[in-house]
Order: sequence, then C-alpha cells, then structure tokens
Amino acid sequence: MSITEKENELVESFAIYDDWMEKYEYIIELGKDLPLIDAAHKKEENIIKGCQSTVWLYAEKKDEKIIFTADADAIIAKGIIAVLVDVLSNETSDTILEAKLDFIKEIGLQEHLSPTRSNGLVAMVKQMKMYALALKMK
Amino acid sequence: MSFDVKNIRKQFPILDTKIGKYPLIYFDNGATSQKPQAVIDCIQTYYTSENSNIHRGVHHLSQVATENYEHARKTIQTYINAKNDYEIIFSQGTTHGINLVASSFGKLLKAGDEILISQMEHHSNIVPWQMLAEERGLVLKYIPMNQAGELIMAELPNLLTTKTKLVSVTHISNALGTINPIAEIIQAAHKIGAKVLIDGAQSLQHEQIDVQALDCDFLVFSGHKVFGPTGVGVLYGKEELLNAMPPYQGGGDMIKTVTLEKTTYNGLPHKFEAGTPNIIGGIGFGKAIAWLEEQDLEGIKKHETDLLVHATEKLSEIDGIQFYGTAEKKGSTISFLIEGTHPYDIGTLLNQQGIAVRTGHHCTQPIMDFYQIPGTIRASFSFYNTKEEIDQFIIALKKAITMLS
Repeated sequence: MSITEKENELVESFAIYDDWMEKYEYIIELGKDLPLIDAAHKKEENIIKGCQSTVWLYAEKKDEKIIFTADADAIIAKGIIAVLVDVLSNETSDTILEAKLDFIKEIGLQEHLSPTRSNGLVAMVKQMKMYALALKMK
Repeated sequence: MSFDVKNIRKQFPILDTKIGKYPLIYFDNGATSQKPQAVIDCIQTYYTSENSNIHRGVHHLSQVATENYEHARKTIQTYINAKNDYEIIFSQGTTHGINLVASSFGKLLKAGDEILISQMEHHSNIVPWQMLAEERGLVLKYIPMNQAGELIMAELPNLLTTKTKLVSVTHISNALGTINPIAEIIQAAHKIGAKVLIDGAQSLQHEQIDVQALDCDFLVFSGHKVFGPTGVGVLYGKEELLNAMPPYQGGGDMIKTVTLEKTTYNGLPHKFEAGTPNIIGGIGFGKAIAWLEEQDLEGIKKHETDLLVHATEKLSEIDGIQFYGTAEKKGSTISFLIEGTHPYDIGTLLNQQGIAVRTGHHCTQPIMDFYQIPGTIRASFSFYNTKEEIDQFIIALKKAITMLS
C-alpha cells in the first residue's frame, strides 16, 4: 500500500466518528497496535523533544525500507505516534522525506491539539524525517 | 454591591465561548485571568480616541494619555496602600519585576552575601537569583517544604544569617495553592536586617494586600492575572530602597540630563521606566484594579473558598486521585494526578469537553522533583467560576478516566 493509500484509509476511518471524543477513543485504540520500541532503545537519546509527554522513537533500515518502533508514557501521545508510524514505517527514505502528510490536516488532528501538543506532533514528524535522512546515507 | 456570580459572569464576555459543542469552562486562572468588559472597553477607547505617547508631548492627546497612565499608577497605589505613587514602578510583569530587582538591588550585593528563596518558587523567582549568585559570588539558600506543600518555618531561624540580604518568596504557590505566612517571614527577615520581596503573581487577584501593614520591601505582580492586559505588571518598592538602587535599563524617560559624556538620572518612578512603556497596559491594569475595587471583595473571597471546598470534596470521591498541595491555608488552586493516567491525556480529553486546565510542571520543576512526579493537572478557580462548572468538570474527568483505563 502506498503512503497516499494508507493516508486515505486513515482519513476514512476517522470520518466514521462525528464526535472528537470518539475520534480520541479511536486514537487510543490505534496506540494499542503500535510496534513497540525494543527496551534496549528506550533511552534518553531516543526521546522526542518538544512533547509534553515522553515519546521514544527508534528507526532501522531493512531491505532499503525504514522500520519505526516507538512508545510513549501518555496514551494519546502513543496513539498519535502510532498513526504516524502506521503511515511512514516500511517505506524508503526518499518516500518518507517527500511525504507531505496532508492527512493530518484532513483528519483535523493538528487543530485539535493545543499548540504545545501540536508542537509535539511537528516534533514527531521532524524526528521521523531526520531518521529517514540519516539512514539514507548508511 | 453584594456578590452575585451570575451578574459577575455577564461582565466577562469570553465566558460565553463554546469549545466545539461544549460551553467553555475556564479553570486555568492561575495562568491568566479573563477580562471584564470594562477593561476591554477601556482598551478600545484608548486606541480609538486617546492614543498618544506619554510624558513628552505638549499636545492634548499626550496630556490625556499621560493623565490616564498616571491615574492608573495612583489607583494601584491606593489598592495596595503604598505610601507614594512613585513607589509603583510599571514593569512588563512579575518576571520582569523580579529581574529588575535582581539586576539593580543585586548591584548592591557582594561576594558571600546570601539570598533566601523557597522550595516552592516559580522558575521566575529562582533563575534570576541563580544568575545573580553566579555573577556576584552570592550564596542562594531555600526554605524547604513538607509533604503537604507548606514551608517548614522551623527551619527559618537557621537559614537567616547576618549575611542574608534578601528573602524572595511567593505569597501563594502557583502549582500547589499554598498560602505562605509572609508576614511572619518578613518580620523574621527584618530582625536580622534582610529585605523581603514578595511574589504576588498569584495573590492580588484573590485578596487585597496592604504593603505598609505587611511591611514588605518589594512586591511584584502581573496585570494579566488580575483581570488586566498582558505585558504589564508592577514592582512596588519602598522609596529609600528604590532610591538606593541603580537604574535597570538606560533610555528615554529615565534621564534628567544627557551629554555625550555623562547622564544624570530622573527620579522615581521614571528612573526604572526607560523607553515608551506599555501605555495601554498600564491604563488597562489601572482600570482592572478600579473595577475590582467596585466588587464585593469579601463576597469574592467567600465564593472562591466555597469553590475550593466543593471541588476538593468532589474530586476526593474519584478513585486513584492524589492531591499535591494539601496545605492548611490554600488559595483556590488544586493540583492532582489520577493513578495510572498521564496528565497530558487527562488534559487533552478535558479540552475536548470544553474544559481548560493546565497540565505539566507549571514552571516549578523543583516542586515536581520533590514529589518525584513529572507534572500535575491543575484546576485554578476564579470568582466567575461556579459550582455547576465544577460538577461538569467532575463528569468530564470521570469520562476521561474511563476512556484511559
């Protein structure tokens, strides 16, 4: 499935719920499917700065594809990183770097996160692209 | 006028806001207060028909603006019962006021002198002193607190020494709500000749302070937390102290004469007010205080106490709740955590239900270190809040907890 297809699928899934409390329940559900970061990588240097909660993110390259794993101490943050991992994991560095991630706006995720948390979301995306760039060189 | 919450609420237009389909419930008053229509109108009037620079022009508008600005100074002087209007220095806010004292009063200090703060200070009453201590070789000490979030006053005599030059403590803790025994601290400090700065950022919106009766040497507070505009505050200082202190920043308005070689400084308060000030900030702040004075202050205090008691009772019924700050004397602020949930998650889900609370460390990381927690959820009430809002908040909180467990 391409990034766009994955994004569309998410937009459709979120559209089912009218109420933002329900959308958050869905985000919490998605967090449960997050591919968890290996305990060995759950260290200071893999913490994403700029989030109100602690979010760990790790990436490795397998057959030219970037595989993300993550975890968070807050359930909603875990759900949000899970959404991003769902879209960006198992893609090539170039695809990740070029991804515009319009779905974030379409779902309304950004406007429903207060500025500090929206910064958290921006920080998550930025960190994922940094990984993609760093691993591209390897 | 006797206190009537319905009537009060009508004067704060923002309280009619809806967040999605939910009516706004604003419990983040510790961060900033909302503004009454009287203050909003005052700002509008100033920009519509009075805008001009102050202390400079001979023309009509400049005179009107100057008069209004100086009238605001007098209103605030009367409210805190300062002896002279020139002891009211307009600042950009509490943080700026503390930095001014650290910078100017700090120049009178020498290596080995001691400054005493407390364990429950906001970062803005810690960092300026740490910077000053580093610069001038001072010793920074703190009054510790107990599990309830009360200062351990028994320690005070050991901490005050002949080297203590300044004690800088908060009146009411922004993170815990604790009301500190500042009169007692001031008395003890004065006995050994130390000066005292009171951080009133969280207190003037809840109770009136009489600086002469209290005998504090400095008092700092912010306009925006007392129903006025942002970006303005007040540093009150005793005349003799302010006179002894060198100026803070150089510029226009703070000078008497300037040649290219030498400048002589203007008197108080201008010595500490370099440059064009936040004119509308000052005028709006004065208006907010004048508005507040017209209210039933005793009624306000009683209502806020009722809100605190009601919220504490209702919250206590929630499984897994842990309160931080259970001092005997508390302002209308409640900090708490729910076992097994993260404050960020609770804050997000409350926001979705129209409720504004603060989550995080509240710029008081030493308090969070003390309790070994990353942060709390803080609900801080003002007199325009109601028991019905608290009941809605409890319902929303329970819903959030259910979703997260």
